[in-house]
Amino acid sequence: MGVIEAQLQIKSFLNMPLIVRFMANDAKALVEGLHPLERKVLPYIIEKAPLSEIVKKSRLKDIEVMRALQWLENKKLVEKTTSTKDIIRLDANGEEYSRKGMPERRLLEAIKDSKLSFEDAQKKAKISREEFNVCLGVLKKKAAVSVEGNEIKILNNGINALGKKSLEETFIEKLLKEKDAETGSLHPEEKFAYENLKRRKGIIKEDIAKTITASLTDEGKEVRSLLVKTTGKEVFIDRITPEMLKDGSWKKGKVRKYDVRINVPQIYGGRRHFVNQAIEYIKTVWLDMGFREMKGAMLDTSFWNFDALFTAQDHPVRELQDTFYIKNPEKGRLPEKRFVDAVKSMHENGGGTGSSGWGYRWNPEEAKKNVLRTHTTVLSAHTLAKLKDSDMPAKFFSVARCFRNEALDWSHLFELHQIEGIVVDPDANFKNLVGYLKEFFKKLGYDKVRVRPAYFPYTEPSAEVEVFHPVKKRWVELAGAGIFRPEVVVPLLGKDVPVLAWGMGLERSIAEYFSINDIRQVYNNNLKMLRGIKMWGK
Amino acid sequence: MPTITLNKKVFESLVGKKLTLEVLKENISYLGTDLEKIEGNEIHVEVFPNRPDMLSEQGFARALSSFIGAKKGLREYKVERSGEKLIVDRSVANVRPYTACAIVKDLRFDDEKIREVIEIQEKLHITYGRKRKRAAIGIYPYEKITPPIRFVAKNPKEIKFLPLEANKVMDGLQILSQHPTGREYAHLLEDKEKFPIFIDAKNNILSMPPIINSHDVGKITTKTRDVFIECSGFDFNVLSTCINIIVTALADMGGRICSMELIYPDKKRITPDLKPREMKLDLGYVNRRLGLDLKESEAAECLRKMGYGYAKGKVFVPAYRADILHQADLAEDIAIAYGYNNIKEEIPKVATIAHEDDFEVFKRKLANILVGLELTEVNTYHLIDKDMQTKSSCLDAEVVEIIDSVSKDYNSLRFWMTPSLLNVLKNNKHNEYPQKIFEMGTIFKRSIKTESGVEEASRLCVLLCHGKTDFTEIKQVMDYVFRMINVKCSVSETEFRPFLAGRCGRVSVNGEDVAYIGEINPEALKNFELDMPVAALELNLTDLFEAMNK
Repeated sequence: MGVIEAQLQIKSFLNMPLIVRFMANDAKALVEGLHPLERKVLPYIIEKAPLSEIVKKSRLKDIEVMRALQWLENKKLVEKTTSTKDIIRLDANGEEYSRKGMPERRLLEAIKDSKLSFEDAQKKAKISREEFNVCLGVLKKKAAVSVEGNEIKILNNGINALGKKSLEETFIEKLLKEKDAETGSLHPEEKFAYENLKRRKGIIKEDIAKTITASLTDEGKEVRSLLVKTTGKEVFIDRITPEMLKDGSWKKGKVRKYDVRINVPQIYGGRRHFVNQAIEYIKTVWLDMGFREMKGAMLDTSFWNFDALFTAQDHPVRELQDTFYIKNPEKGRLPEKRFVDAVKSMHENGGGTGSSGWGYRWNPEEAKKNVLRTHTTVLSAHTLAKLKDSDMPAKFFSVARCFRNEALDWSHLFELHQIEGIVVDPDANFKNLVGYLKEFFKKLGYDKVRVRPAYFPYTEPSAEVEVFHPVKKRWVELAGAGIFRPEVVVPLLGKDVPVLAWGMGLERSIAEYFSINDIRQVYNNNLKMLRGIKMWGK
Repeated sequence: MPTITLNKKVFESLVGKKLTLEVLKENISYLGTDLEKIEGNEIHVEVFPNRPDMLSEQGFARALSSFIGAKKGLREYKVERSGEKLIVDRSVANVRPYTACAIVKDLRFDDEKIREVIEIQEKLHITYGRKRKRAAIGIYPYEKITPPIRFVAKNPKEIKFLPLEANKVMDGLQILSQHPTGREYAHLLEDKEKFPIFIDAKNNILSMPPIINSHDVGKITTKTRDVFIECSGFDFNVLSTCINIIVTALADMGGRICSMELIYPDKKRITPDLKPREMKLDLGYVNRRLGLDLKESEAAECLRKMGYGYAKGKVFVPAYRADILHQADLAEDIAIAYGYNNIKEEIPKVATIAHEDDFEVFKRKLANILVGLELTEVNTYHLIDKDMQTKSSCLDAEVVEIIDSVSKDYNSLRFWMTPSLLNVLKNNKHNEYPQKIFEMGTIFKRSIKTESGVEEASRLCVLLCHGKTDFTEIKQVMDYVFRMINVKCSVSETEFRPFLAGRCGRVSVNGEDVAYIGEINPEALKNFELDMPVAALELNLTDLFEAMNK
């Protein structure tokens, strides 16, 4: 529903009459608050008035009268009583038979001159196989036909039957004429016909009919008589129209009162996705702290995703069950030779940095394999590779997607966002890292932050960041942090400059903020949810 | 991360101190591991994968007892010479070229110790051993073996022995195909002509690494006193560290470590080698990295708390530590000993200029325009069912596919956006109409321009879906967007199967084709089970942005 349609609905809801508790002096107020429909209906309720009668007299539609009665009842001016009775109506076959004649009559007609085989009789009578079988039973029971082998022949009773209406036919005619019949008030003949027809397929159906009757309460009587008295003497204005405003006629009438406490239907506006809203917010935090945004490809070679980050080529994170590898193109190109050589010797022997490296033979083919980035740290690697001495000190951030080859379930996504920042500064140290972390998380609303040892493959020292959760009243793990290993920095930057880094996932915080228990709901794009979810409030 | 279970009593006797729960919790956390839970007498802790030496009760207790100051500094382990040799045959060079071995004597095994040993072996297999690929460990009752032991590779059909947990003698191939453990690890010997075995002087096969031990000579019982331990794989240093981790844990259990002489075709080695590795401490580097001002004596004290030895500028790294590659690793351990919580934070006064990516700013502008038109932004995955974005969407295209995706629902990367959004409509049929949605996302296509061979571009997709939507309505949306960003576009008639013929336009800006606009082909709607018309715009934002900035 767009705004326009919704506004139309609101208008009609505002038109709904005022509901106030009745007091002696309120009769006048109540009359003034009556909806045009109520004004039309109320005069016709004198004693017990059945709905059908009010409809007829007021010349309104059923639904309009029902609505008016409901509103009047809400105001305790009218009492509605509903009585029910069991009724019988024609069903689809019944209606058809009332036009074409009963199948047994058609069958008798077909064979009245000569006996016929079953097939021919059925064809000539234009009835279905099933109908034929039913008719045969019915007619045999009445001794109207006899069956010899595969042939059917009319008997005297049958010829007589053709000359007059059967009880069933009479009953169907009645139902056609009167729309329905009350089960309890059938004559014995009708009852006999009803019992017979009930057993046959789709001729009649049983139903429950509701009869609504309205009667006035004492207050209702008072309001009605006042209404009847004043009708025609005052002009009631329901909606202020442009014409009324132009000619000033709104002043001349009595403006109907609305119930301003009324519930109106909900509308919604255009919305950004709540994840993107959260991302915008996080980005402002980074920008406030002087960070520059990093962007880059989601699909990259293992060289950048793993090797450049000193992830050993036999490390389990590189296995197929964790990482999305690409079928076509399976492999990409390696970058400039200087990066390849530096990364290769770093893995093999530490590249003269004083590190021992991994001590294996580095395989360039392994590094060419294309992957969907498993972390956004790959963006940091690209950034370092492009950074010039004159750019330092520098700070970068990204809020971007990464991928994990996992089955989707209530707590796992295969595409998720990481929030990540790096500080490249020759003078930076672990103390500064803790400083940045405290500032960053303070901006996110966590005043108490602490770090404790952790392990991440590409940072040393590494730290787990815990914040004191103001609602849960306990420490919770929120992010990982550390200083990039020299084995990562040197091949990319050409020298060992401290690179402070920290990062965290986005989706879990989002799920927590919006009380989403099943993480899949974050991306299932249920429009009802997207339209109704609260704004990111931080 | 692997978890290990510590028996509180055994652990306390190993640590050499009784600790209250609180102190234990705090220390475990500040040592850099995670206390999972305590259940009665059992303490469950998580160990980081860079510390395989802490994967045993003994190893963990060793680290903690230094950390809390009960037994600081380098642990000395005595290694006796057993005088036994192990011959490494040339034939293993192509299968599993290296082994490192040891004998540990005087272990009095009981059920608890057997469990502990098996647990160390299993945890090392999974983590440091990379599921036996990098290192596989075998432990044998030494009494049943007649030295010298040989490590040789043989034709699998000639390898016949009774494997553990089996009821009949099998050959190498049968083990891989019939034995449960064989099947689990069969891939490690796939395509190998010969399989490696350890075999003793009496031609008893000890085991077929990295798969399984023999039932007869490869099973530890409560009667076992001395054990032979081997570790096989591809990198001698890894194996040597691995054997060191095991023998030091066994020594902490009360065993005596004895070395063996390994006769390789071209050289001799003696393992285990528990001589600590020497590293020079670069105190300046450590202080610069941590932002501290530690004196040598303070740094030395920190190192001792972490189980290192230190003398005159030299750090003695225990032979069981697998994670010390660089000064940075020493710096971390020093920081851990110093206490992360004792490091006072400090933000340097460095001026940097913030900058949001220009393209991202442009995208936000577009989003605001579209939200103003009462559109709802959706957020879909980049991975999509290949059939959905091709066949179902009436498009033939070569798309970038994934190897072995966990699910068919995301076996390819999207080549275009419209199918992702049609799928959103499909999943929202029960919700109120009109449904007007948009997304700005990335698409993937083959290209020789990039290193990976795949080019990524940003697209905007808008879908309008309700009973009365049509070309006019989507064109109004597009025109409004272009007016708001002050860009002139032209539309020409085109045919594009996902769109209804005669109602599809190609949109260009500055002579550059940037978008398709039109009504979606009812055939595609049917494939997405939609019984409501859909008008669509798919706009290449990367190209538009370029065309605008030309």
